[in-house]
Amino acid sequence: MASSRPRIFEGLRELPVVGRALDWGLGASAASRETERAGSRIAGLKVTESVCPYCAVGCGQLVYTRDGELVDIEGNPRSPINQGTLCPKGAASRQLIQQPGRLTKVRYRRPYGTDWEELDLEQAMDMIAERMIAAREEHWEERDEQGWKVDRTLGFAHLGGATLDNEENYLLKKLYTAMGAIQIENQARI
Amino acid sequence: MWIQGSSLVEAHPVGSRWALKARERGAKIIHVDPHYSRTSAISDLYVPIRAGSDIAFLGGLIRHIIETESYFREYVVNYTNAATIVNADYRGPEELEGVFSGFDPESGTYDRSSWMYEGGEVAAAAGQREHSTQAFSDRTGAGMMVGNVRSDPTLQDPRCIFQIMKRHYARYTPEMVERVCGVSKEQFLEVAETLIANSGRERTTMLSYAVGWTQHSCGVQMIRAGTIVQLLLGNIGRPGGGIMAMRGHASIQGSSDIPTLYEILPGYLPMPRGRDGDLTLHDYVEGGGSKRGWWSHFDNYAVSLLKAWFGDAATPENDFGFGWLPKITGNHSHYPTMLRALDGKLDGLLVMGQNPAVGGINSGLQRRALASLKWLVVRDLADLETAHFWKDSPEVRSGELRPEDVGTEVFLMPAASHVEKAGHFTNTQRLLQWRDKALDPPGDARSELHFVHHVAKRVMAHYADSEDPKDWPLRNLHWPYAEHGPEREPDAEEVLREINGYDLETGALVDGFAQLKADGTTSSGCWIYSGCFADGVNQTRRRDPGDLDAPGGYVSPEWGWAWPANRRILYNRASADPSGKPWSERKRYVWWDSEQERWTGYDVPDFPVGKRPDYVAPDDAEGMDAISGDDPFIMMADGRAWLYSPSGLLDGPLPTHYEPYESPVPNELYPKMGANPVAITWAHAANPITAPDDERFPHVASTFRLTEHHTAGPMSRNLPWLAELQPEMFFEIDPQLAAERGIEDGGWMTVTSARGEIEGRASVTSRVRPLKMGDRVVHQICMPWHWGTFASSAQGVTGDAANDLIAISGDPNVSIQESKAFRCDVRAGRRNRESTERQAGTQHAAGDHPPEEPRKLGQTDQADFRGER
Repeated sequence: MASSRPRIFEGLRELPVVGRALDWGLGASAASRETERAGSRIAGLKVTESVCPYCAVGCGQLVYTRDGELVDIEGNPRSPINQGTLCPKGAASRQLIQQPGRLTKVRYRRPYGTDWEELDLEQAMDMIAERMIAAREEHWEERDEQGWKVDRTLGFAHLGGATLDNEENYLLKKLYTAMGAIQIENQARI
Repeated sequence: MWIQGSSLVEAHPVGSRWALKARERGAKIIHVDPHYSRTSAISDLYVPIRAGSDIAFLGGLIRHIIETESYFREYVVNYTNAATIVNADYRGPEELEGVFSGFDPESGTYDRSSWMYEGGEVAAAAGQREHSTQAFSDRTGAGMMVGNVRSDPTLQDPRCIFQIMKRHYARYTPEMVERVCGVSKEQFLEVAETLIANSGRERTTMLSYAVGWTQHSCGVQMIRAGTIVQLLLGNIGRPGGGIMAMRGHASIQGSSDIPTLYEILPGYLPMPRGRDGDLTLHDYVEGGGSKRGWWSHFDNYAVSLLKAWFGDAATPENDFGFGWLPKITGNHSHYPTMLRALDGKLDGLLVMGQNPAVGGINSGLQRRALASLKWLVVRDLADLETAHFWKDSPEVRSGELRPEDVGTEVFLMPAASHVEKAGHFTNTQRLLQWRDKALDPPGDARSELHFVHHVAKRVMAHYADSEDPKDWPLRNLHWPYAEHGPEREPDAEEVLREINGYDLETGALVDGFAQLKADGTTSSGCWIYSGCFADGVNQTRRRDPGDLDAPGGYVSPEWGWAWPANRRILYNRASADPSGKPWSERKRYVWWDSEQERWTGYDVPDFPVGKRPDYVAPDDAEGMDAISGDDPFIMMADGRAWLYSPSGLLDGPLPTHYEPYESPVPNELYPKMGANPVAITWAHAANPITAPDDERFPHVASTFRLTEHHTAGPMSRNLPWLAELQPEMFFEIDPQLAAERGIEDGGWMTVTSARGEIEGRASVTSRVRPLKMGDRVVHQICMPWHWGTFASSAQGVTGDAANDLIAISGDPNVSIQESKAFRCDVRAGRRNRESTERQAGTQHAAGDHPPEEPRKLGQTDQADFRGER
């Protein structure tokens, strides 16, 4: 049977001074004067409920932002799954968003090229759609070698899905199937 | 709690918090694993086992439970198929030296007709022969007719499943377990007695497995063997029991339910198969549906999906567009697709949030396959090995590939993270949880929803005026999604509503799959998710944990939404006895309320809510009427859990011990049959498998996860905190082998296999130990697999990829590779070469057969692998 810890957390969050020590359930006496003066580190921040992107346990996360900028990500104490806790990966997930190598532009490598180039997003989307259409047309099979009706293309394939949202996988499968593409796979088989 | 084939603490750290909570309350934890990990450290009993020998161990448990009459008899007789009588023609591996009746060595496959129940039959499944994955009707048992099936509730008939099982496992004695698995008789018996003592009316045991079981050439049968133990002990459908399949990604469950997978459509409907002549919706429904049990509703779900996809264009007159769907004809999964790419037969590949250059098996082969594509689209948060293979990879460093010779055009697209878009994940317990968007993605980073929506619009515009019949699906694709904001982002909730489904006559959202119809008046993008928008409310966004201290409060039914129908424990009718009363007050969960005349409890009953426990289905009943009031397993045509699987599996109705493909020891139980004879192989110069008598690779290797890293690494290796916590690739090796090879703790060592060679630091430790099996000693080397050779910033860490060592192979049922047991050798020092090419044959050698038509181990030309030295 689970404990009633989330309720204690909720109560603490309503106190005027919410320090880390209080969040950890150490009680009011654990907060120093310094802490009381500094006030809550999360005061004035917008909080959005989210879910950890790593393993499949599905821990609740609270995403703190100020003026649209990410400040931190914590475990959601209300979640009956993780009750405020996170593992090292979940606790580091702010760095996933703000990692030093985060991409913000499309990188393009032309055939036989030796370095990346930058590419406009809309242009990249045009080029990708053209290539998918061309692969579909060039490799269209109404019947396969044995004469079986197949109505498909083996010209292009897809990998990935286990890190995406269900809505995204749904539209991917819908579009690919309508295009006749069948080599659609994700991490579920590895 | 029984953990085997899983390292819960390393791979699912916060999930393991509940194991610790249970332990505080007196539960015992057993961990059976080749490698001592943090999971073993929290266990009361850690049992080292030889990698890949689990079925021998599990078969030993089954035998022990039967021989000591420790099974939960009332559960077994009433809720499983133990009493059912099997066809007189059935013969098992005890009689046929390691194979079941129906084995054809020519094709390496089984004719499964003799496995059927007496009086049962499998509905003909069109085009079944040519597919490596089994017919849907077989997989679900849906096509089975059970009208005249006989049973013997006394379990005495020699042809009843209970007696067949008893004979099948008679030789899986504790002594045999010791010889095959390297587990001492004393430890084995301690596990068996602990499981028995903690199961039954008053107690339940939970089993947790993960890829330590799935990634084997008989992985599905390992899971089946665990299931049989749980059913014999009465642990399924009950609180504190069950089987927790611990899945490895945030929404790997969701991406199976709503699949980016080749052989299924949303909600586990099968992809249509190619055949001679036209396949009609009627044929499809006949092949996939069932006359009995829940799958009798198959047509409602298929038609509602077609309505969601083709809208008004889908009509009864045109079979709702069914005939235009593409058809599969063979194995089109990840590995054959990459083998086709390697052979120059694939133009393009789109990769989203996956890193096959490190996470794909035989990663050197995967990287070479990428170099053979015309174009590649990679969507991720930062640059990674899969996008970067042409610029910097082991093959580029060795000079095997030169950027100026690689013709692949690469688009690396910046993706939005989980907090920069709205949508939902499905966790490992089928729980759908919505995420609100917290902030905008940076620069040109976009969600995959944005990507697919705007690509779809371009593709549909291209075909808008086409008169070619093949373009019908694109001309008529129902794509109504509104765009929002300056980035023209589609609304994920609008997509979720489509998944939930509509009553098309009123335009209202349906409240669940019970409302779906086959006449074209309803739509639903994934029937099992129907109800996630019940009452017009996004149920997945609910965030009320409820009163956790109330009776049954731990269920938290208003936190998110679980498929199907918000049920948290499947088959929970089995938590009550045949008369509908809880097996015990302590373990009450769902029960029959005789005053209200309905099923009730802490969870949504997984049973028709008004069906009385004493209802007896008439012999000629169809649909759900054919399920009696004491048959809890409603997805099966006979309402029973299957100890013995008369249809559904390609490699036998009962789990049988086979050695891994690459085992250094013969099969003690079936000397004539080394590995699973129907396991899949791909004969390709770039994918060699080590033959049993090859002495170059004498040791067993296995892989594991670490808490601080995630899968192939892009989500963790580049994060400063995590990179600092686990900076380097390493190998765990036992002190005896290390001393023999001059390998020092903390020093460099190299591991080689037939596919490649990788280096890392040696961790000389008794966490792995030499296993004594009779007069033979087997050494095991265990390694994490999170490293790759590229970091997206100076703060990231790199290392060699364990998957460079492993061969592409396949379980016959699901095409998953055997990566948890393979052969290797070790030596002190660093590797000689960057490239895997020398081991793996030449880059351009073509395969011996089309990749989509894999071989089977048991075919005569694969005799090497059957242990016939």
